[in-house]
Amino acid sequence: MSDVATFNAHPAVAVQAESPLAISRITVATLTSAQGAGVCVREHALLGHLILRGRAADEGFRAGVEVALGLPLPLKMGPVSRDAERGVSVQWMSPDEWLIVVPQGEDYATEARLREALSGHYAVMQVSGAQTVLELSGPSALAVLMKSAGYDFHPRNFPVGKGVSTTLAKSTAVIRRVGEAQWELIIRRSFADYLYRWLLDASEEYGVFVAR
Amino acid sequence: MLHIYCPHCDEHREEEEFRSKGEAHIARPPEPESASDEDWGNYLFFRKNPRGLHHEQWFHAVGCRKFFNVTRDTVSYEILETYKPGQQPVVTAESRNGSASDKGAAK
Amino acid sequence: MSQRNRLGTGGRIDRTRPLSFNFNGVSLQGFAGDTLASALLANGVDVVNRSFKYARPRGVMAAGADEPNAIVQLGSTEAGQVPNVRATQQALYNGLVAKSTNGWPNVDRDVMGLLGSLGGQFMPPGFYYKTFMTPASAWPKYEQYIRKAAGLGRSPVESDPDIYDHMNHHCDVLIVGAGPSGLAAALAAGRSGARVILCDEQEEMGGSLLDSRESIDGSPAAEWVATVLAELATLPDVLLLARTTANGYHDHNFVTLHERRTEHLADLAPQANGRRQSRARMHKVRAKRVVLATGALERPLVYGRNDVPGNMLAGAVSTFIRRYGVIPGKTLVLSTTNDHGYRAALDWHDAGRTVVAIVDARDKPDGDLVAAARSRNIRVISGSAVIEAQGKKRVTSAVVAAIDIEGFRVMGSTQELGCDTIASSGGYSPVIHLAAHTGRRPVWREDLFGFVSGGVPGQIAAGGVNGRWSLRDALEDGFEAGARAAAEAGLNAVTVTPPAVAAVREGKAVALYEVPHTKPTMRAPKQFVDQQNDVTAAGIELATREGFESIEHVKRYTGLGFGTDQGKLGNINGMAIAARVTKQTIPETGTTVFRPNYTPIAFGAIAGRHCDELFDPRRYTALHASHLERGAKFEEVGQWMRPWYFPRGTESMHDAVQRECRAVREGVGMLDASTLGKIEIQGKDAREFLNRLYTNAWTKLEPGKCRYGLMCKDDGMVMDDGVTACLAENHFHMTTTTGGAAGVLDWMELWHQTEWPELEVYFNSTTDNWVAMTITGPKARKLLAEVADIDVSAEAFPYMDWREAKVAGVPARIFRISFTGELSYEINVQANYAMHVCKALFEKGAKYDLTPYGTETMHVLRAEKGFVIIGQETDGSVTPEDLGMQWCVGYKKPYSWIGRRALSRPDTRRTDRKQLVGLKPLDPKVVLQEGAQIVLEKEIKIPMPMYGHVTSSYFSPVLGHGFALALLKGGSERMGQTVYLSSGDGSLHAAEVVSPVFYDPKGTRHHV
Repeated sequence: MSDVATFNAHPAVAVQAESPLAISRITVATLTSAQGAGVCVREHALLGHLILRGRAADEGFRAGVEVALGLPLPLKMGPVSRDAERGVSVQWMSPDEWLIVVPQGEDYATEARLREALSGHYAVMQVSGAQTVLELSGPSALAVLMKSAGYDFHPRNFPVGKGVSTTLAKSTAVIRRVGEAQWELIIRRSFADYLYRWLLDASEEYGVFVAR
Repeated sequence: MLHIYCPHCDEHREEEEFRSKGEAHIARPPEPESASDEDWGNYLFFRKNPRGLHHEQWFHAVGCRKFFNVTRDTVSYEILETYKPGQQPVVTAESRNGSASDKGAAK
Repeated sequence: MSQRNRLGTGGRIDRTRPLSFNFNGVSLQGFAGDTLASALLANGVDVVNRSFKYARPRGVMAAGADEPNAIVQLGSTEAGQVPNVRATQQALYNGLVAKSTNGWPNVDRDVMGLLGSLGGQFMPPGFYYKTFMTPASAWPKYEQYIRKAAGLGRSPVESDPDIYDHMNHHCDVLIVGAGPSGLAAALAAGRSGARVILCDEQEEMGGSLLDSRESIDGSPAAEWVATVLAELATLPDVLLLARTTANGYHDHNFVTLHERRTEHLADLAPQANGRRQSRARMHKVRAKRVVLATGALERPLVYGRNDVPGNMLAGAVSTFIRRYGVIPGKTLVLSTTNDHGYRAALDWHDAGRTVVAIVDARDKPDGDLVAAARSRNIRVISGSAVIEAQGKKRVTSAVVAAIDIEGFRVMGSTQELGCDTIASSGGYSPVIHLAAHTGRRPVWREDLFGFVSGGVPGQIAAGGVNGRWSLRDALEDGFEAGARAAAEAGLNAVTVTPPAVAAVREGKAVALYEVPHTKPTMRAPKQFVDQQNDVTAAGIELATREGFESIEHVKRYTGLGFGTDQGKLGNINGMAIAARVTKQTIPETGTTVFRPNYTPIAFGAIAGRHCDELFDPRRYTALHASHLERGAKFEEVGQWMRPWYFPRGTESMHDAVQRECRAVREGVGMLDASTLGKIEIQGKDAREFLNRLYTNAWTKLEPGKCRYGLMCKDDGMVMDDGVTACLAENHFHMTTTTGGAAGVLDWMELWHQTEWPELEVYFNSTTDNWVAMTITGPKARKLLAEVADIDVSAEAFPYMDWREAKVAGVPARIFRISFTGELSYEINVQANYAMHVCKALFEKGAKYDLTPYGTETMHVLRAEKGFVIIGQETDGSVTPEDLGMQWCVGYKKPYSWIGRRALSRPDTRRTDRKQLVGLKPLDPKVVLQEGAQIVLEKEIKIPMPMYGHVTSSYFSPVLGHGFALALLKGGSERMGQTVYLSSGDGSLHAAEVVSPVFYDPKGTRHHV
């Protein structure tokens, strides 16, 4: 659609890409393996992130998104639509906003597919450079979250498959429960170093392993 | 710290996720250029500050980023209902003084 | 010293685990399970402190949080110092070092005590204010000595090596207090499947059951405690927190719990599993229901010299005997108004020591406990009270008299009973602090002689806090409350059958607060109401006589219930005295407000891990590594860490900035502009939205073009600015100021969601997605040509256009805009590729001496051009016209855009508004001070009318002189005038009012 200028942010040539955590130093005591660790921290760097805006009440919009992503559009806060195999997920952020995460480099193609499938009033914006994904797992991951955020992470309120956007320490994050003891935190680039340090600090007492 | 029910997210959230935006239902006069200076001044600067029931506008800044309205008791800090922009409050000073209804109260 | 008051058997201490500790320089021993207070009593330490104001010798009076006297300074090292620790709440550990808070040179011989002993006449309430009133200028000196005299503990002067942290919780039922009611409530709620948190401030859970004489289901009460705790520990959603004080109760059932995690182990937090652990943890709990099972505190009687060591609460005497195996004296006189106090005498007697007499204020005491005392042949003196204690550093006798409570007088003669301990009980005061923290007024219950909770939404009181004193009642109330709380939280509550507890027949208590003396209150020996704050009955009487009749005034005048005490022992007695003197009832007198914290907590616990480098987020751009490599000095801009300047070698900031400025004016410089807010806008009404949002017009901006825009609030005052590019017909890229980024997006959402929902447009922040590298200066084009794959000639890529290109192979949007007045390009690439592009720029830029510059140089360069910075030249009271930016105001736009109407209000039309001007100091070396006030005359007179102030001021290397931007009343009419500005050293500088555009006023340099 010529009304919107699409932009493929990725170079055609091989270029070193850097995650927001490239500058981060680890200043807490860490373990050398996941064995016996209360918390494992792993970054899923450089994935494709997109913001989708549109009218949830519009049947054509919902159908178009499903065609483009192969996933149903969640229509309320909480349950995240996810295809773990393809590495694609869609999360309700607001009554007219969704966060789409796709594998590295697939953001531009995903936008193109959405634009192909959608019409009328909607928007797609790439934010792959703006955020990164931290995975927190292990028996004490829940305690680390409880030390960091005021949201209720108990399984009765936060079952596997749920995602919310909330405060994390003095910043914010999208937090998703991937498994009983496995969480994804989607954090903003400029706050990433602060949150990474915060989370490692909170994890230290449980024994923390940082996966590379 | 208040515990606020966001009518868009359909959940209670901690106050730190929200921003208070002052009195609710302040509509911009539809014909600004024909409004008198006094009317425009009232729209810009004058706000209620009641002791008791108050209708306030709040913003779910860290959640869905949507605005909504809160009926709150400024003495007890009790929140009696929350509702979306464009909707009218169920609990008002009048309804409360008459047959106090909790029907509009947030879940 | 041996533990001469230690009983051979009994108590919950472990006699096989002796512990050494040090108090005021003396080595002592206690046992595991002791508190510092029980260990001190075991060792026969009578004087543990000097009082706050009168420096009177004081001993342990209570056994828990209510202790007013035994408040110590803890810590063996300077960094580990902790002030205001209640010895009754501090678990003993090996190597504990404590000192009396007060007392100079020591507690046994105190100089201030001489002053205090001269009598109340010498230091009545208001003493310091009245005595040291004049001259006011001398107060700071007086205060130094007064502070030294007053016992407030001291903070460590070294930083705390321990860490503290926070943990958030949500639960169905939070139960505060693990005594009989709390345990019962936890069992009922826990069995119902509720998410339960049970907290208790003591080392062990069980509360009064730990020293109870009663049986539950035929076994000692403490066994029932163990059984219940064992069951609760098996329930997955029940969290048990001992050593945890609910210190603050906030709105909507948000309760903070302060858990002391290591304070029972050592001075400083020991490591756990080889890793550091927090000393204290603040649990922030949001509870659907709170069961307040905080019990009640025994109320002491107010009689003469009731503060001499050896005067204790009756319940505390029982606790020390039964829980700690310590008997705090040899001979006891008990003064009581109720049956409960009798337990102290029974426990004392059963421990094998002498009870001299029980003095009961009631005429005919007749409950089961009274009968038990009589059956032990303990002398009971009825209708009487202890009216005065004798002794200096330890009680030597009690003066007893028959009293007429109604008439507030002593009847007949007095008798003196020799004893070393006087226990008193005036009944119980429910612990309603947490019910009052959110502002609810407590309610007086005449049947209880106490205040109960005024009712907090979502809160259920159970047991002693409700006035249900007996064990049977407390358990029953607890089970009910737990079940009700679970049901109200939405669970199917199960009914628990309370265990069997024998009924105890209880005689009716009487209300007695201040005990009458043979002398009137003002002349009687000091009758202490609040021992921690040294408030006496006479002091309260004096306060009311001096006109402080409101209880809130009495509190502030005397100090009643101040500070760390929060009125635990003294409040009711104080109010009763104020009521008596003012001839009101207690409910008419009312109560003061209780405030957090219930007991003191360390600042560290409040801060948690929000300290040092985690205190506040530091935001970094994707170029941070490059800035570090180039030696940047950083400036915090909001939360952003931005390069401030890049010194070379030993260069000063001034020299670095001058060099960076010249590099931009003569060569090419590079600025990291990534912190500017960026908002992506899509939708068919995007253009219309911009027309309404900005002061200027957007209708004709074509794809490929950029435009500067100004935003006002609806009051016509400038709120933000920035360049917005038209990416496509329905697609815009907006930039905002760094500080305004979040606010502008919220602002746009506000208008869209509440005023113009019909406009089809969406916005999203893309600030973090892009890195913006500004290359600026006469050589910028040459540099760009080397890295970009497009034609960058002036014809192909004119000023205020943008182009898509590949820069060093990376897709980029390049905006040809300028904030320096030089030829400039802002290269935007996706942040993950920014370092690659940045490296390429510096590689190719080497031959042009590409100079990185920071915010300071950016400020100088833009100010030379008269470009304003929002928040520096503006402060929310400045219109576009005040800034001389009429060119940026679309008066003819059809829609009355935000701020339009206000610009025709009379106030915004005034010609004498402060307007933006330039100031050129007549002395070229002078750099005016930012914030300096502008006056029109050289001679100073009073009043001196002020006409404006300097907003920005720098030394310009390209101009060769200092220059400033300023807001000046009627400034646009004052061009060429001379004005005067004071500087911090008092000197006055003259400056000429000039145009704010100092450099290249025709704008030819960026238009090349």
